[in-house]
Amino acid sequence: MLESRPIIVDLQSINKSFKKAEHQELLVLDNVNFKLHEGEIVALLGKSGSGKSTLLRIIAGLIPPTAGRVFYRNKPVKGPVYGMAMVFQNFALLPWLSVLENVEIGLEALGIPKDERRARALHAIDIIGLDGFESAYPKELSGGMRQRVGFARALVINPDVLLMDEPFSALDVLTADNLRTDLLDLWQDKKTNTNGIIFVTHNIEEAVFLADRIVIFDSDPGTVMADLKVNLEHPRNDQDVPYRKIVDEIYGLMLSLPHAKKGIAGIRFKHIDLAYRLPDVNISELSGLIEMIGSPEYEGRVGLAELAEALHLNIDDLFPLIELAEIFRFSQIVEGEVELTLAGKLFADSDILERKKMFARHLIKYIPFAKRIRWVLDERPGHRASKERFLAELEDFLSEDEAERVLKVIIEWGRYAEIFAYDDKAGMLSLENP
Amino acid sequence: MRELQTKIFTGSRTLTYPNFWDIVALSTLLAALVLVAWGAKQMAVPYHVGQTLPLSLDPHYLPRYALFTFLRMSVALLFSLLFTFVFATWAAKSRRAEQIIIPCIDIFQSLPVIAILSITIVGFIKLFPGSLLGPECAAVFAIFTSQVWNMALSFYQSLCTVPKELKEAAKMFHLSAWQRFWRIEVPFATPGLLWNMMMSMSASWFFLTVSESVTVADQTITLPGLGSYIALAIKHADLHAVGYVILAMLVVILIYDQLLFRPLIHWAEKFRVESESSGETSFSLFNFILHKTRLMQYVGLLWEKTSDLFVNVRFLRQSPESSARAIKKKRESFLSQCLWKIFVGLLLAGSLGVLAWFIFTTLSLSIFFHAVVLGAITGLRVLTVLIVSSLIWVPVGVWIGLRPRVAEKAQPIVQLLASFPANLLFPIVVSLIVRFHLNVEIWVTPLMILGTQWYILFNVIAGASAIPKDLKQAVDNFGLKGWLWWRKLILPAIFPYYVTGAITAAGGAWNTSIVAEVASWGDTTLRATGLGAYITKYAQQGNFPFIVLGMSVMCFYVLILNRFVWRRLYLLAMRRYSLTL
Repeated sequence: MLESRPIIVDLQSINKSFKKAEHQELLVLDNVNFKLHEGEIVALLGKSGSGKSTLLRIIAGLIPPTAGRVFYRNKPVKGPVYGMAMVFQNFALLPWLSVLENVEIGLEALGIPKDERRARALHAIDIIGLDGFESAYPKELSGGMRQRVGFARALVINPDVLLMDEPFSALDVLTADNLRTDLLDLWQDKKTNTNGIIFVTHNIEEAVFLADRIVIFDSDPGTVMADLKVNLEHPRNDQDVPYRKIVDEIYGLMLSLPHAKKGIAGIRFKHIDLAYRLPDVNISELSGLIEMIGSPEYEGRVGLAELAEALHLNIDDLFPLIELAEIFRFSQIVEGEVELTLAGKLFADSDILERKKMFARHLIKYIPFAKRIRWVLDERPGHRASKERFLAELEDFLSEDEAERVLKVIIEWGRYAEIFAYDDKAGMLSLENP
Repeated sequence: MRELQTKIFTGSRTLTYPNFWDIVALSTLLAALVLVAWGAKQMAVPYHVGQTLPLSLDPHYLPRYALFTFLRMSVALLFSLLFTFVFATWAAKSRRAEQIIIPCIDIFQSLPVIAILSITIVGFIKLFPGSLLGPECAAVFAIFTSQVWNMALSFYQSLCTVPKELKEAAKMFHLSAWQRFWRIEVPFATPGLLWNMMMSMSASWFFLTVSESVTVADQTITLPGLGSYIALAIKHADLHAVGYVILAMLVVILIYDQLLFRPLIHWAEKFRVESESSGETSFSLFNFILHKTRLMQYVGLLWEKTSDLFVNVRFLRQSPESSARAIKKKRESFLSQCLWKIFVGLLLAGSLGVLAWFIFTTLSLSIFFHAVVLGAITGLRVLTVLIVSSLIWVPVGVWIGLRPRVAEKAQPIVQLLASFPANLLFPIVVSLIVRFHLNVEIWVTPLMILGTQWYILFNVIAGASAIPKDLKQAVDNFGLKGWLWWRKLILPAIFPYYVTGAITAAGGAWNTSIVAEVASWGDTTLRATGLGAYITKYAQQGNFPFIVLGMSVMCFYVLILNRFVWRRLYLLAMRRYSLTL
């Protein structure tokens, strides 16, 4: 039924790449098609690096796509669109302006006379629940109140489309809940003239709670992996069975994808090559995760949504952990649940020193680049090699920043596992024991 | 009784007629206007080169001189701000402008005021023939050059670090470039700019004696003002006059503080994130009057309205088309890039050629090497004073910085000391040197660091007070004491701050050498060997080629040292010793 409504935003085969070095382009969005219909709330959901924030900025007209076309109400978008307003992740309030002046800023730019400006701003402040704070400065406000100013500033210009870039992610859980509910109330009571909302999030629960439609992105490069409808009545209860079912479905979808793409049926483990972008994971976090899954409460097997809730982790923190546990063969995904392998169970029951040894064995066995470093150091007469050498090798596959990051991660793991030593001042890797 | 008084006091505010503070405000305002008008008129009288302006050591004239100096400094500050807004913004917005403007500012910063003055004076006199406005403009220009560079650099750096989200918000809400400048960029840069403006004021006080005496065609035009008063007092060896002028200076510094800096600091404190509200905010008479008087409240309202009109001027508002243009990719053609590179190359080759031609046709190679050797001697002095003053001020700064209460009180005092012109200490130094037959070459050296040592102290205080409490406690817990405590905690922690301070101090010391290497008191003039004395000597003679040579050599030394010593230390400090992980 929503499809029959007029289309507000229409993206056609959008590509976006950034220059990463001379003559090298990094593709962040690949052939993305997307439509926003009137009366819809759409969530763009994906891991970090899936280009969802970039897509939002393309819709807003803040950055141009490399290829493809963007239409707003059937007109091509060539710059920041009149009729759209954005709410930012870190609020983007001007600290030197009072709440009232901050809310007025968009009207000022439109050249609306001072008296009308004031009246409209006061009204917006009123409906967003900021009464009494008009003359306060942002630094006097709590995070939740600041984001309310962000909402008032966006809503006061009566936007046709409201864009939100992870608007609740900088807030604590309770404040975010509260603000989400308030926003929904405003939307449903039609207190604003807004006809559509697009928001970016990496919080699955948030997407299911708010959105009519969830567009799930895959990363590297960002592509639309699934477009899910959420046909639940508001207000939604996060304990309802249909609600939980959708949440579980999305978790499953988002984690199972890499295997599906590789097309290796039966083998659930992830094989990686030298070019693999290792996730930025702390070893103590990994140990904690395995220990927890192995604890009597879960007995080596737990659902993803349950795990996320128990650990208070959003997908950006949780997924890399699980991915790494899989690469290390400590766990596997079975029907949307994480299950420890034999090695994983062993790891969970070991003491610190044994864990270290196990970790070292698995590191060399399953992370090709760690193996490579060890091999080079073994071959060299002095058993020393500079960091730059390995960096250059990685840069054959990865962008400069990414190579730097991946090497840093490997060095940290290698140092922990004591498969090699590293001197930061000299930038040298070696086999000698410090 | 007290209560009653306050009641009457507050009660009167509800009545419609002006209250006591209104009368204070109104009369101050009108008096200030009258004084400015009168002073400006005095500065624009007819004048011909060769005429000597009357200057007297009579303290009755001091208010008048103070007014002249105040006006000159204000005009210079205004132009510094204008320059900053225009050129720093340009550099921040255009990559090409940046490539030219920023190095230029870097170079100008290392040029001594006196040299710039003697080169530009002729132009100013030609600009206003037969009027005192010519020399006045030259003096204002000299003050301007001692103020502007660090302001522009700070503003430029701030503009480059405006958070991305704020920029996006500005675009999203369709702010025009003009609105963005006043609503986002200027306020964002204000805290840094304010601090640099205060530093600039100190610097201009320091070079005031030089700025107010203009040499042209073998003649020195001494403009009446506090700087020339100081010079005269030194010439006549009049200690009383020195005392009076210090007093007058203090008054002017206080006026600036109350009228300009306090209100601005007051405003900036409202949104400064770092300021862990240190309890009492600084008291500002200006703000006090603003809040107490009805008249001033009207003025405030009027200000609000005009600033609103100013920021939202109609024809500078963004049109939908221009916003569309803003996003279009600016991809330059290969040709235009090449043309630009050729242009820069020609500019460089051409200017180097002109410089070399100028120096070598009028001067010989041996004169050139002489200047280089003199530069090395001055460099040695700079290094020595830097080491000595570090040995003194690092412990003092750490002591102060670790005690927040003391630091709060010490900051304004140190700032006042920083603006104290070195010339005023000449009497002491010269008489000591003469009495004890000391070596001039060594004992004028302390004068060089007099003005700039405070940068070291400032920064060390800031560094020591920024050491996290838990770090100090951890170190105490492990019982680190004595030298170990210094080596493991304090020195590494303050190192980045110290380097920042030392860079400024060293740069300043080079500049100060033109004042410090020629110290005089009454009839005694002591000259040390060095590049500063060299430049001063030829500037007083108005000998153009030698000034250019001295200036170029000094510039060369400063830039080379910056590049190969200071910059490396700075990078090291940022990499290894930065406390933010």
